[in-house]
This record gives sequence, C-alpha cells and structure tokens, in this order.
Amino acid sequence: MSDIRLEARDLAVEFTSRGGDVAVALDGADLTVKTGEIVALVGESGSGKTTLARALTGLQRPARGQVLLDGEPLGYTGKALKAFRRRVQMVLQDPAGALNPRHTVYDSVAEGLRLHGLSRHDPDGRSEEQQVADALSSAGLRPPERLFLRYPHELSGGQRQRVLIAGALALRPDLLIADEPVSSLDASIRGEILALLLRLRSELGLGVLVVTHDLGLAWNIADRTAVMYLGRIVEAGPTEEVLAAPQHPYTQALLSVVPEIERLEPVVLEGEVPDPTHIPSGCRFHPRCPALASGLAAAAGVEDDCHRVPLPVLPASEGHRSACHLVAAQKGTTRV
Amino acid sequence: MSLLKLKGLSVTYRTEEGPLPAVRDVDLTLERGEVVGVAGESGCGKSTLASTVLRLQPSSATVSGQVLVDGEDVLTMRWGDLRALRWAGASIVFQGALHSLNAVRRVGQQIAEPIQLHEPSVGAAEVARRVGDLLEQVGLPASRAASYPHQLSGGQRQRVMIAMALACRPSLVIADEPTTALDVMVQAQVLDVLSGLVKELGVGMMLISHDLSVLADMSDRIAVMYGGRVVEQGPADQLFTDPLHPYTSALSASFPRIGDPAARYAPAGLAGDPPDPRELPPGCSFAPRCSLAIPDCTTAEPPLELKRPGRGVACIRVGESV
Ligand SMILES: Nc1ncnc2c1ncn2[C@@H]1O[C@H](COP(=O)(O)OP(=O)(O)OP(=O)(O)O)[C@@H](O)[C@H]1O
Ligand SMILES: Nc1ncnc2c1ncn2[C@@H]1O[C@H](COP(=O)(O)OP(=O)(O)OP(=O)(O)O)[C@@H](O)[C@H]1O
Ligand SMILES: [Mg+2]
Ligand SMILES: [Mg+2]
Repeated sequence: MSDIRLEARDLAVEFTSRGGDVAVALDGADLTVKTGEIVALVGESGSGKTTLARALTGLQRPARGQVLLDGEPLGYTGKALKAFRRRVQMVLQDPAGALNPRHTVYDSVAEGLRLHGLSRHDPDGRSEEQQVADALSSAGLRPPERLFLRYPHELSGGQRQRVLIAGALALRPDLLIADEPVSSLDASIRGEILALLLRLRSELGLGVLVVTHDLGLAWNIADRTAVMYLGRIVEAGPTEEVLAAPQHPYTQALLSVVPEIERLEPVVLEGEVPDPTHIPSGCRFHPRCPALASGLAAAAGVEDDCHRVPLPVLPASEGHRSACHLVAAQKGTTRV
Repeated sequence: MSLLKLKGLSVTYRTEEGPLPAVRDVDLTLERGEVVGVAGESGCGKSTLASTVLRLQPSSATVSGQVLVDGEDVLTMRWGDLRALRWAGASIVFQGALHSLNAVRRVGQQIAEPIQLHEPSVGAAEVARRVGDLLEQVGLPASRAASYPHQLSGGQRQRVMIAMALACRPSLVIADEPTTALDVMVQAQVLDVLSGLVKELGVGMMLISHDLSVLADMSDRIAVMYGGRVVEQGPADQLFTDPLHPYTSALSASFPRIGDPAARYAPAGLAGDPPDPRELPPGCSFAPRCSLAIPDCTTAEPPLELKRPGRGVACIRVGESV
C-alpha cells in the first residue's frame, strides 16, 4: 500500500468576535502527515493547535488555504466531508466530556458505524457487533464483550480515553488526529495510551497527528515534531533534532521550562500573553524573544528584521527548519 | 515547633456502598520556609488530606489522629480559633479553583474581601494598596485589580487565586494542583511565584500534584501516597532520581527525560488501575500492580520504615542500608 498523505497548505482560520475584532487563530500553516508516521504538534495554550487539528479534519472551514487528502482538495459539501471523515478521524480533547454519559460503551463505538452506514455493510462482511468488538480490542480493551454494556461513569479515565480511540478506529481510518490524548490522565496510565498509539501505527499502519503541550509525549512517540506559536508553525523537523537541538528561541524557552530538564537554565517568558487579535509586526515572537532581549539578535545584525520583517510560512519539508531571522543569519543563508 | 505536624491522620467518608477510607494513618511534618510535596495518582487521597488540615472536610467524613498547626490541634480547636487560623494562619488554593472566581466582580474586589472581613479596621486606601502589592507579588501589574476574570488568561487567574490566598499573610499555604490545567510556560510562571513566596516570606507550603517532576523541581521533601497511605517519603531530588518504593519508581519512570535515547518510542507506564479504597486488597495495596510482589506482600500492610537516612519506605522488598 502506498502512503496516504494529509496535507495543510497555507491553512488559515479566523474568528470574528461580536465586537468585530478578528482573531487570526491560525495564520498560514503547512503540515503533512502520512500513514505510518506519528507527528506531534506542540506549543503553548492558545497557540492554535486545536484550531489546526479541527481545520485538518474539516470541522473548521479555513479562511485561506487548503486541506488535501492524497492530493485531492477537501470540498466542504456534506457528502465530501462525510467521506473524508471516515478516513481522517479526530479524537477530541477532554475524554470526560466527549462521551455521552447515557450511552453504553457499545453504543458510543457503534454510533460512527451507523452514521456511515457501515453497521450493515461492512466491506469484510462483519456484523456490527463484530466491528465494535474489533475496535475495542484494537484499543486494548479486552475482552471487549465485558465492556459493551458499561456506562462512562463506570470506567476509569484511561478506559474512557480508549473507548474514544476505539470509536475512531471502528471506521478503520487511515489517519487519526488526537487532541491532548493523555493530558487529563495520570502519568501511569499515560504510558499505556502512548504505547497504544505506537502499536496502532505499527500494526495498522495508521498515521497519527498528536496535539499536545507535553514535550515529553513528543519525545516518547513522535517521528516528527512541529512547534506552534501564535498561529504559525515556527519550527519543525525530526523529533530528535527539534527537541534535542532546538533552533528557534521559542522552542529553546519551551524546553527549558520542562521541569525534568535540569541541565537547562529556565527561561520563563514574560510579557503579555500572545493575542491573536494583535499579532506583532516582524517576527511575531519578537516582543517575548530572549535572543532579541539579550542582544544576540543585534550582534548578528538582524535586530531590525526581527522588529519589522515578517517571516514566511515554513514549508512542509521533511528536514529541520525554523522561522527565525537569527537562525537564518547564523546559518549564513541569504535574508528571507 | 513544627509549623504543621500530622500524626496518624485518617479520614473515612461515609458512602452508600459503605465506608471509604480515603486517608490512612498519615504522619507528615512541615517547617517554616519549607515546601513539602504530596504526589500520587488520582483518588489516592491528596485533596482529602489537604482539606482536613484546615478542617474543611465534608460532614460525611470521620477523622482520627491529629493535625497540629504551631502545636495546636486543628481537629479539636474551638470554633473561634479555627476561624482565626483559616483567615490568617493558613490558607488553601483549591484544585480546579480556576473556575471559582466570581465572574461579575473585579478581581481586586475579590482579593480585598478577606482583608475587609478579617481586618475591618483597615481603611479603604490601605486595602487598595495591599491588593496592589499582592498582585505585584504574584507578578501581575497592580492595574489588573480592575479586570474581570474573563479578561485574564488561565495562568493569570491562577495567580489571582494565589494572591487571594496570601491576602491575610498566612504562614502556611496549601496549594492543591495549582498548575494542573496550565501549559508548561504558564506553569513555570506560577511555580516561580510560589517558590518566591517561600523564599521571601518564609511561608511553609504543602504542594499537591500528580506530577512528580513538578514536585521534584519545587519541593524540599516529597511524600508519595498510594491508596490513602504515604508509601515513600524523603528529600525531593533523591525521590525522583533514586526512587526506592516500586510505585515511586513507576511514577518517576513515566516522566520521560527529553533527550534520553532510551525513552524514544518507549513510553513507560504502569499497568492496571489504582485500588478502590472500599475494596483494598489484602496486605500492601500496591501488590496487585507491583512487578516485585511476592506472596508475603499480601499478608500484612508494610509499615513506613526508615530504609536510608531520612527516607521512609513502606515496602518489604526494599532492603535496609541505614
Ligand atoms: N471559537 C472561537 N472563537 C474565538 N476565538 C477562538 C475560538 N476558538 C479558538 N479561539 C482562539 O484561537 C486561539 C487558538 O486557540 P486553540 O484552541 O487552537 O489553541 P490551542 O493551541 O489548542 O490551546 P490549548 O493548548 O489551550 O488547547 C486562541 O487565542 C483562542 O482564544
Ligand atoms: N465527599 C466525598 N465522599 C465520598 N468519597 C469521597 C469524597 N471525596 C473524595 N472521595 C473519595 O476519596 C478518595 C480520595 O479522593 P481525593 O479527592 O482526596 O483524591 P485525590 O488524590 O485528590 O485525587 P485527584 O488527583 O483526582 O484530585 C477517592 O476514592 C474519592 O472517590
Ligand atoms: Mg487545544
Ligand atoms: Mg485532588
């Protein structure tokens, strides 16, 4: 089977408030996820991770740009969206709220099958019950029959998260987009769910985009990592490079405040919380940039650029790259 | 005299399905200027422990043992003394408090409230000045007093909650999961504020979190709870880097060290669920999930014993080398 690719091209999403302010929650993003690979999308709260994930599943219509599946642009008709979502499934943030408390585990998982008319027309001729059982087993809930008639409140947090994943797997998608799949779970359970994602990739060849603010999670399971700041991907590449040899001052600061990294001097970013209704000029990170504040950017002769010259959208190539005037100057590349 | 001393503290809830022992026989001390971390999975009794320190547990709870604040037992204290303690001696930042600010009142008014109630003689101008000082102490401009909660980010709201807890200059602060809903950068800001308070004002702090790495960073000592009991206790850095109890080892291992090649494609975890306190397994409550368990582990609950200088461990599989 050849790879199936989900792509975001210059994707942008805007929200207009009642007061008329326009929040550019996603300001042009290029990103590719293929079957058989795990990509992590990381960044601070409010950086636009969920917005990008929602746009990639067709839940959010972009203001600009395109979503492509296998080169085909996503159309926003009901029929096109339905076909698309069978192949690209999203597991939502907040497992506590995402399951209907009055639905049994069986019904929660069967819901998607019924919606897509697969209950009675499985390509492999399986009954609905068999499909639900297979999905639950794939999500590590075994024996599945024992859970059929349970309600969400009778499950542990880890089991609820697995039921949500099972609901997505029931449709046998090519790609899974998981928004903060373990952030509300205990550390001990976290390991199980992450191991499950790795297993689904190796056994089913699934492609996974995992959205998280937990950098350790990215280190644990992701082949590639993309870092978002204020609606843009500011650094991306192989996880070993992005997290072990970060280029962008923002990624460096993020890593330095992860409590377990003791060797780094923590760089706590101060200044106002980034606001997508007022995106700064030049490099959008410049008001909080430690490299600019410390004079590093000035020494490299890019201080003016940081203040005034906006950076282009990072292209979705495989290599390690970052949107930073200082990094560009240090690499000796021509000005962007 | 210790600022806080828990002696044989047990808390049992009355429930329809029978008694639920949430905290069992906990001993713990906290000195001025010290941070003691309390770690453990969901349901292990951390919040129950925290609320009992200020006698804020619900009426369905039966408490035994002692909670000594400056040598006085909170559990038997007269109502008037308890009130004074709650206002000025000790305060608590509750779990999930992010949503407990009043949405229609300015945050400055909300910080001022405990001062006005507890110290009615303080004039309006002085109250306003103290509110401004408190906001600056938690790293917010004094002008933020005029903001409503929805105008603040999650981390800023959490800092307002901390300012409220400090309004009456307590010497003991209990912070229950103060950063759990926050991302790493905001978490770092809030933790910075908390450690500053301990250093500058000399308060004693009990910091509760299920995130052992946060506690390792912030605390002088850590107590790890499992099934309502303290199963390991000791200096923070040792507990995280050289855990002795198999449960602490599993907790510590489940936080990946970024950059460690061994953690690539190998998330560590702990199979199984924590016990239901109403149906605790016989012997050591961790035994059913423990890879080191032997038949003897299920015969009696192991006591918390000193296995290294300053390190208590409740496990018969850990040898003594004191
Ligand atoms: N429906 C909406 N209306 C207006 N603004 C929105 C809406 N949804 C998101 N935003 C804004 O868009 C920005 C990006 O939000 P998003 O939820 O994508 O962030 P995130 O990176 O997922 O954050 P978190 O880690 O907190 O989940 C934020 O500033 C947010 O306030
Ligand atoms: N008011 C109550 N009545 C009955 N049982 C309760 C009550 N409050 C808590 N419990 C039970 O007591 C045990 C300990 O709960 P507690 O809230 O102290 O745990 P915790 O360690 O703070 O968990 P978390 O990390 O989820 O906050 C749990 O089994 C819980 O279900
Ligand atoms: Mg989100
Ligand atoms: Mg709690």
